[in-house]
Amino acid sequence: MTMKWRGWALATGVLAISAMAQAAPPTAAMLSNACAGCHGTNGGSAGPSMPSLAGQSKEAIVDAMKKFKSGARPATVMGRLAKGFSDADFVAMGEYFSKQKLHPTTQSLDAAKIAKGASLQEANCGRCHIEDGKEGKDDTPAMASQWLPYLQIQMADYLSGKRKMPEKMEEKVKPMSKQDLDALLHFYASVK
Amino acid sequence: MTLDRRNFIKLLGGASSLALAACAGTGGGLSGPTGGRRVVVVGGGYGGTIAAKYIRMMDSSIEVVLIERNDHFVSCPFSNLYIGGLMKDLSPLTIKYDKLTANHGVKVLQAEVTGVDAAKKVVMTSSGEVTYDRLVLSPGIDFRTEEIKGYDAKSTPETIPHAWKAGPQTILLRKQLEAMPDGGTVVLSIPLAPFRCPPGPYERTSMIAMFLKQHKPKSKIIVLDANPDIVSKKGLFLKGWKKHYQGIVDYRPAKKVTEVNVDKKTVTIEGIEDVKGDVINLIPPQRAGHIAVVAGLVGPDKNWCPVNPTTFESTIHKGIHVIGDACVAGAMPKSGYSANSEAKACATNIVNTMNGKELIDFSGINTCYSFISAKEAVEVTGVYSVDKAKNAIIAVPGSVGVSPDLSEIEAIYAESWLKNILTEMST
Ligand SMILES: Cc1cc2nc3c(=O)[nH]c(=O)nc-3n(C[C@H](O)[C@H](O)[C@H](O)COP(=O)(O)OP(=O)(O)OC[C@H]3O[C@@H](n4cnc5c(N)ncnc54)[C@H](O)[C@@H]3O)c2cc1C
Ligand code: HEC
Ligand code: HEC
Repeated sequence: MTMKWRGWALATGVLAISAMAQAAPPTAAMLSNACAGCHGTNGGSAGPSMPSLAGQSKEAIVDAMKKFKSGARPATVMGRLAKGFSDADFVAMGEYFSKQKLHPTTQSLDAAKIAKGASLQEANCGRCHIEDGKEGKDDTPAMASQWLPYLQIQMADYLSGKRKMPEKMEEKVKPMSKQDLDALLHFYASVK
Repeated sequence: MTLDRRNFIKLLGGASSLALAACAGTGGGLSGPTGGRRVVVVGGGYGGTIAAKYIRMMDSSIEVVLIERNDHFVSCPFSNLYIGGLMKDLSPLTIKYDKLTANHGVKVLQAEVTGVDAAKKVVMTSSGEVTYDRLVLSPGIDFRTEEIKGYDAKSTPETIPHAWKAGPQTILLRKQLEAMPDGGTVVLSIPLAPFRCPPGPYERTSMIAMFLKQHKPKSKIIVLDANPDIVSKKGLFLKGWKKHYQGIVDYRPAKKVTEVNVDKKTVTIEGIEDVKGDVINLIPPQRAGHIAVVAGLVGPDKNWCPVNPTTFESTIHKGIHVIGDACVAGAMPKSGYSANSEAKACATNIVNTMNGKELIDFSGINTCYSFISAKEAVEVTGVYSVDKAKNAIIAVPGSVGVSPDLSEIEAIYAESWLKNILTEMST
């Protein structure tokens, strides 16, 4: 009964909103919208280096956020930001961004490198970075259409040991030349 | 006064003019019945564009009218880089509103808002009255020039720029720096906090020093800070100045400028000490944008607008929400990112209210990148939520902090931040 009246009063603007004392805890959308100032509306980044979150799997996002929070994954800004949220928040945001469409990008990329990367990816990376990087196994992040400078910064962190690679990924990455790895990143960035 | 309908229809474009035609019978553009579903947003900057867009994204049955005095918006963030010579012109910082109309059906009215009647729910504009069911104000700041003796609000900034609203002022300051002889002195005056963008004046110091080092190496910049110390990212700025601008930056804390002499090109500190500059960048103390004062929305401090921390509804006039620099958002600093976050929470709760749904507590983020040199940036970041007991926005413990060091990678991400946030505001 009271609820009904309140709803009417609010909808017709009779009451100041502030008269309503109780508010629900932040929803997934409320939490995730605040990320969009950096990652783009609905997690689709306009580039040229901030990563897109749209279409990333829930597992990949939750895993990344946990690692940022614990310091296991190096970061410029995400380590401090992740400390402002709970594990439940990570799941809510992960679900939210996983429901957004993968964000196709148009970047200036090297056609020869894309071709080279295309020939290397299935055998070396395809086990986990599946469907040309449009999807990822378990908590593996999607890389299709991801901004190239972001991927390059991450690869540099892997190679310097700052960011820890999964063992099986390391087995593949370690023997490869820097040129081949860069070609792979060009390839993934080009996938739409 | 009635709305200039031709002008309005042109701005709104085809589809929207239908809605306007429906109103025309009531005798004055957008005054008259609103169907209970019109939100008017004043100010097409960091807060207003986002509030307008997100309301439409969340419920396209709500009519949104965005009123802005200019036909474009120039971003303050990164305007210091232009002043330092890192940008040819202001085009990377300039956005237009046409895609907000095309993509989201936001009706854009270019007009000056001159008054608000909170009881009648009407805003008065330079092209007529517009009625609303809920009003969002994101007017940014204006200056308390009356606190500086000798400062004429109109003419003084024409020779002594503040460049604290981006656009012609920004261009003027850079031109003055370019015209200054080598060996000259730049004076930068910083007001007491709170002001728009706490790290902004120190980024400006860095960018001007960078310009001097490169183009006029015998020159220096004297920074007169009314505050007892550097307000934001102190350690990082000091480190940057020591690394790059030794002997160029002369930082002087607790020096409050109280007077300006335009002809002599001096500023006076607390009525006693005169400092002369070849170029003077005087940033006056600030308050909420004039329209918030006119509408009677500022609190007992007469400067800023108190609001409910969940809905951003004014605690003075119901039905009016204030976001961005103009509002008192507890622990959140006055930044573009804060305005962006506040706008989304405000939009969410306006939409829920109009649909009779429950309110959602605020959760927001602030980030402010600052450039120290052409290639190095630093940032401060925090997550914010509502403390129910205090009924105020607080920083989530442990989430607020600054970069560990000057960083080239942060400079790369900073540029992308700008691209993303301006894209959010304009598409
Ligand atoms: C040098 C500098 C650097 C900065 N750097 C950063 C940064 O790196 N990161 C960051 O997050 N923030 C930064 N800021 C702060 C940021 O610019 C502001 O916090 C932000 O613009 C606030 O948004 P707002 O919507 O409140 O006001 P604004 O963005 O200023 O928008 C207000 C709009 O309202 C319009 N308006 C006002 N009154 C009326 C009226 N009566 N009728 C019609 N239209 C009206 C104005 O024309 C304007 O377009 C910086 C500021 C400065 C000065
Ligand atoms: C200040 C800008 C900024 C904000 C705000 C921000 N991010 Fe990030 N995000 C970054 C940057 C930069 C990176 C790259 C890692 C780093 O250096 O911090 C990143 C990386 C990430 C990644 C890793 C992506 C991948 O492919 O592995 C995830 C997940 C992420 N952010 C989630 C979020 C969420 C969720 C929020 C909101 C709570 C958020 N971010 C808010 C800048 C930001
Ligand atoms: C065994 C599975 C596996 C293989 C094989 C693999 N990866 Fe990965 N990759 C992962 C996982 C899991 C992550 C996220 C791990 C983390 O937290 O750092 C990842 C992350 C990445 C990232 C960072 C993406 C981001 O959004 O931050 C890059 C770049 C990358 N991989 C490239 C490659 C390349 C190139 C290959 C092939 C040479 C490869 N990977 C092979 C599992 C794999």
